[in-house]
Amino acid sequence: MGLPARRQEDTEARVAHLVVPDGAAWATEVRKQAVSRYLAMGLPERRDEYWRFTRPDDLNAPQAPPAAVVDFKEAPAFGEVDRLKVVFRDGVFDAEASDDLSCEGLEVERLQSATAHDIHWSKDVYGVLEARGQVPVARPFAALNTAFATDGIVIRATERVSKPVNLIYLHENPDSDAILHFAIKVESGADLTVLENGPAAARFNKCMEVDVADGGAFHHVRAQGRDHERRAVTHMFARLGQESAFKSFTLTVNGVLTRNEAFIELVGDNAVSHIAGAAVGDGDFHHDDTVFVVHDAVGCESRQVFKKVLRNGAVGAFQGKILVKEGAQKTDGYQISQSLLLDEDAQFLAKPELEIYADDVACSHGSTSGAIDEDALFYLQSRGLPRPEAQDLLVLAFLAEAIEEIESEDIAEDIYGRLEGWLQRRRQ
Amino acid sequence: MLKIDNLHVRLEEEDKAILRGVDLHVPAGSVHAIMGPNGSGKSTLAYVLSGRDGYEVTQGEVALEGQDLLDLEPEERAAAGLFLAFQYPVEIPGVGNMTFLRTALNAQRKACGEDEASAADFLKLIRDRANSLHIDPDMLKRPVNVGFSGGEKKRNEILQMAVLEPKMCVLDETDSGLDVDAMRLVADGVNALRDDGRAFLVITHYQRLLNHIQPDVVHIMADGRIVKTGGPDLALEVETNGYADILQEVA
Repeated sequence: MGLPARRQEDTEARVAHLVVPDGAAWATEVRKQAVSRYLAMGLPERRDEYWRFTRPDDLNAPQAPPAAVVDFKEAPAFGEVDRLKVVFRDGVFDAEASDDLSCEGLEVERLQSATAHDIHWSKDVYGVLEARGQVPVARPFAALNTAFATDGIVIRATERVSKPVNLIYLHENPDSDAILHFAIKVESGADLTVLENGPAAARFNKCMEVDVADGGAFHHVRAQGRDHERRAVTHMFARLGQESAFKSFTLTVNGVLTRNEAFIELVGDNAVSHIAGAAVGDGDFHHDDTVFVVHDAVGCESRQVFKKVLRNGAVGAFQGKILVKEGAQKTDGYQISQSLLLDEDAQFLAKPELEIYADDVACSHGSTSGAIDEDALFYLQSRGLPRPEAQDLLVLAFLAEAIEEIESEDIAEDIYGRLEGWLQRRRQ
Repeated sequence: MLKIDNLHVRLEEEDKAILRGVDLHVPAGSVHAIMGPNGSGKSTLAYVLSGRDGYEVTQGEVALEGQDLLDLEPEERAAAGLFLAFQYPVEIPGVGNMTFLRTALNAQRKACGEDEASAADFLKLIRDRANSLHIDPDMLKRPVNVGFSGGEKKRNEILQMAVLEPKMCVLDETDSGLDVDAMRLVADGVNALRDDGRAFLVITHYQRLLNHIQPDVVHIMADGRIVKTGGPDLALEVETNGYADILQEVA
């Protein structure tokens, strides 16, 4: 069954100016298949159930809507962290600005180079996890990414990597439309931390595939912000082996449109997946967390903790699903999505879902939306805190449950610092 | 210290007069108690003094050391030296008790043009005050009042008072929900803070707290007014005869 004519036209027009990059035969095949997937799925429409809360128009447009380049006064995230910097300017790798990436237990290679080899480990990851994540719900922007991404890196960790790899996205061209792809393999017993920050581009399509082998651990902390007008659609695909761990946290403090999708498969017994997010939006801000967790093994644990603070017309959306497949006994699934609405113009839309085909599982989900606690506010004021400060303290307290999902205390401190800075600037 | 003149207050939402002409003068160095039956307006007076929303002052004046309180925000009243120990201390999940105390202390210092307390000085101050109130260090690490027992919450109020060192302390039914031992601890904490430069207004329904915190003056409040004022003996009279007799007597 084909797409309706207009949708097909739009879908083709969206990629008409894009070129499938050259590469080894296997990579070309992966990209060709991704093109077919993309064309078959078509661009999303508002009528699609999965896009009910978020207008895809700006993501569908053939040209990226422009975004002003902002000269930031505050220091970028993770500046205090001892890390390996990998810098991209408007979606193009900048070797000079990046660190020397040699580090024990770590292999990093540019995507073009990795996909030019006839034999390369990334063949088991690149486009593979993305394709797995297209069922049961279509994620066309991820397929588009696999097909047309011209840059990105592949990372392989073979042991505990002492320093985090920090992907830094600089935005210098107001019309840039960046597509970056990352394929990551954490081998058995290895441990890798990936940090991401920076505005990236006027429009940013990012896809990250993470394959965590048995006993491996992957930590991910992302600071989305510093960019008021940018649009972003990002995907995280993860496959978790036995007794492996995956922990991801995202802070979003700016951006007119952000859609962060995650598709996490727990395929080995006793794997653990924690995914969390804190988003603060003021004014023209639309933030959408769409998470799909699949339990396909015994004794796995998954957590989803998403918090949003919204005001002045900002909109937050959450679609979170836990799918427990047949036989995935002793599953422990938890999901919470909460919003704090600081005024009556802010809006929070949530769709929590559980789908369970095993009988010995514990799954819970909750979603709340509320105003700031006036009693708490008065209590703090009565102790001498000016109302704006008292409110900020309560906002940070509300977000704390999500931030506490970050394992590294230093990085959590960095995130708190960014939030405090943002709140303070909004107060002036 | 605290001077209340002909204070009339009504509830904003219900258009109902709660205080109908309260006159009260609490000099520095003294402890005044306000007793009264339920619904007499005692707690309303405490909230109005601290600046809570929802009450409208229709007439009258309140001054703290000559400064008009009624135009000030709650935090400005705190900075001016007013402290309310809540009847129902509020739980604040996610805010550590320590962070709360430090933020409050520093906010007040800043409002008074003083330097913030250094981390070391602050820790020393807290340890010292917490110790004398038998407050477990663990209670300082927990979120403000979350999961605290009734006694712990009230001791936490007194700890805040001891740290912030206000000039005018208003205690709203601090004895409610306390057993005898907890009440003694709280009373000891209050008594330790009594000095010539500080005044207390102790609001209570029962006389028993006043066995531990000896008042200089006792007021009886009924129907939004102070109807009788006397010495400590007046509290005993309430305990023995109840409020009905006194109210009949002044009617």
